[in-house]
Amino acid sequence: MMAAIATQDLTKRYRSVVAVDRLNLEVERGEVFGLLGPNGSGKTTTILMLLGLTDPTAGQVRVLGRDPVREPLSVKRRVGYLPDTVGFYDELSGRENLRYTAALNGLSGRRAEERIGALLEQMGLAEAADRPVRTYSRGMKQRLGLADILIKEPELVILDEPTLGLDPAAAHEFLELIGRLKAEGLTVLLASHLLEQVQRVCDRVGLFRKGRMDLVGPVPELARRVLGGAYRIRVEADGEGLEAALAAVPGVERVRREGRGWVLEAERDLRPAVARAVVQSGGRLYALELGVPSLDEVYRAYYGEVQHDAA
Amino acid sequence: MTRREGSAFAGLGVVFTKEFADQLSGARMVLLVALIVLTAAGTVYAAIQTIRNVVGEDPFLFLRLFTTAKQPLPSFVAFLGFLLPLLGIALGFDAVNGEFQRRTLGRLLAQPIYRDALLFGKFLAGLTTLALVLGAIWLLVAGMGILLTGVPPSGEEVARSLLFLLGALAYGGVWLAVALFFSVLFKNPTTSALAAIGTWLFFTVFWGMIAAGLAQSLAPVVYGFPEEVLRQAQTELMLARIAPNTLYSEITLALLKPEVRALGPVLPVQLQGMVLGTPLPLSQSLLMIWPQFTGLVAATVIFFTLAYVFFQRAEIRA
Repeated sequence: MMAAIATQDLTKRYRSVVAVDRLNLEVERGEVFGLLGPNGSGKTTTILMLLGLTDPTAGQVRVLGRDPVREPLSVKRRVGYLPDTVGFYDELSGRENLRYTAALNGLSGRRAEERIGALLEQMGLAEAADRPVRTYSRGMKQRLGLADILIKEPELVILDEPTLGLDPAAAHEFLELIGRLKAEGLTVLLASHLLEQVQRVCDRVGLFRKGRMDLVGPVPELARRVLGGAYRIRVEADGEGLEAALAAVPGVERVRREGRGWVLEAERDLRPAVARAVVQSGGRLYALELGVPSLDEVYRAYYGEVQHDAA
Repeated sequence: MTRREGSAFAGLGVVFTKEFADQLSGARMVLLVALIVLTAAGTVYAAIQTIRNVVGEDPFLFLRLFTTAKQPLPSFVAFLGFLLPLLGIALGFDAVNGEFQRRTLGRLLAQPIYRDALLFGKFLAGLTTLALVLGAIWLLVAGMGILLTGVPPSGEEVARSLLFLLGALAYGGVWLAVALFFSVLFKNPTTSALAAIGTWLFFTVFWGMIAAGLAQSLAPVVYGFPEEVLRQAQTELMLARIAPNTLYSEITLALLKPEVRALGPVLPVQLQGMVLGTPLPLSQSLLMIWPQFTGLVAATVIFFTLAYVFFQRAEIRA
């Protein structure tokens, strides 16, 4: 089956500024892909090019097998896009706003009404449906935005910073909705700089930096590549000369003091060996935990590294 | 380069319907229509007071309803010349940047429509609103005229006043297109409104003076020959015709005052054999203002095209 999104050396220049630099991205159907990067790193520009809303300077794009430059209408018919700052007509009700979108997608009459009703229900907006949007909270607007892009029954959904400005509860709720989309077989492209959230819902992530995407893969794999040792073992213990003993355990790459204990970076799960080392050196062991590296660490290590390179 | 897929006007009807509904239900519409209806009623009532005594003598009594001024009120057409630009600007100044401000533009353009349909739909909705308001006012004036004078309008009078309405629509259309253009150019609705009103003020207040000054330097009267004086007058008139309001007032004059035979300076030799005060047939009046009418339509097309070009190139991201 054809990939949902495929780009080849996709480039966008604004005068002298390179917003996106030779991007090669492939997103499979049914996948939830996270586009990560600081603000201004080219995420939104990439998305606009995927939708044919801005023309690439060079390179190829295929979205659902079509070229958004030549066939923008068939792309936009099958792709739902939620911009980072989604707005509605404040004086109209949620239902009326959705009705306009439905009509623009050629959907009207009873079929449209049924679909709008079902989506409002699904997004938990049934009660607020006929109130003007100006009375909606930020979270409600965001859910209305999701309903808005689902009206056309898209195959691919592109969400740009969808949890921006949402309180943790609303963000959590929103991420659950995204999870449900995946269960329905939709392809999701999620751009964000909130790592913890991306990690929770995405199958794979791509790290953007200054228009380039150098790192792509599932989170654990990225961790291995950026952080070296993919396993973090937290040891809480006390005793004489423990640090040297821990560093001497075969397979431990680095030992770092943290709080009341140490964090070891290792290539494997070395917990039994570490426990033995502590006990043999006469120390007292209080805790021993295996931590999965978070995307946050990957991100910080990667961008930190890059900044050092630049300096 | 292969052709773009699908029609540029896919979704035009949907956009038009929504925008038209928005225009009609908006608060600014209520305000402006109230203003226009009040002026129409006031000026026409005042005009009727003046022309009552000449009922039966004047063959174009109905048209006098539009053009008669009674101190201190100006005539209805003069008021309309003032209010139509205002209405056109009010209908269009935030057409595009309003979507930008509400952050609905990105969402809208992610739907399967082209930008063409959005812009054209908005323009058409504004123009239709304008036509609707003008039609309503025409009916109001005609109704008041028939009721208060007791004289039904003749076929020619109806035709002339309806053609005048068309001219007024073209005049309003120019300002709608200007407002639309500024709404594409400026991201802030306040800026675009000010720019449009500024343009209108420039043409209404200052352009006449500038045209006179320019004419003096372009076609100076050195020796005081009649040819020189005529040349200067003609130059000034041509320059003044750059302003849409000049075109509008000429259209008004020719259509609503059938006895007007020429717009601009007339030489004594041209008056030879002319029976002054006799009305021109409608076809001749129409011929006289055809260039003016074309000019208004052309100005509308130019500004709409400019808006279109800028909108096609505009970046969507905020």
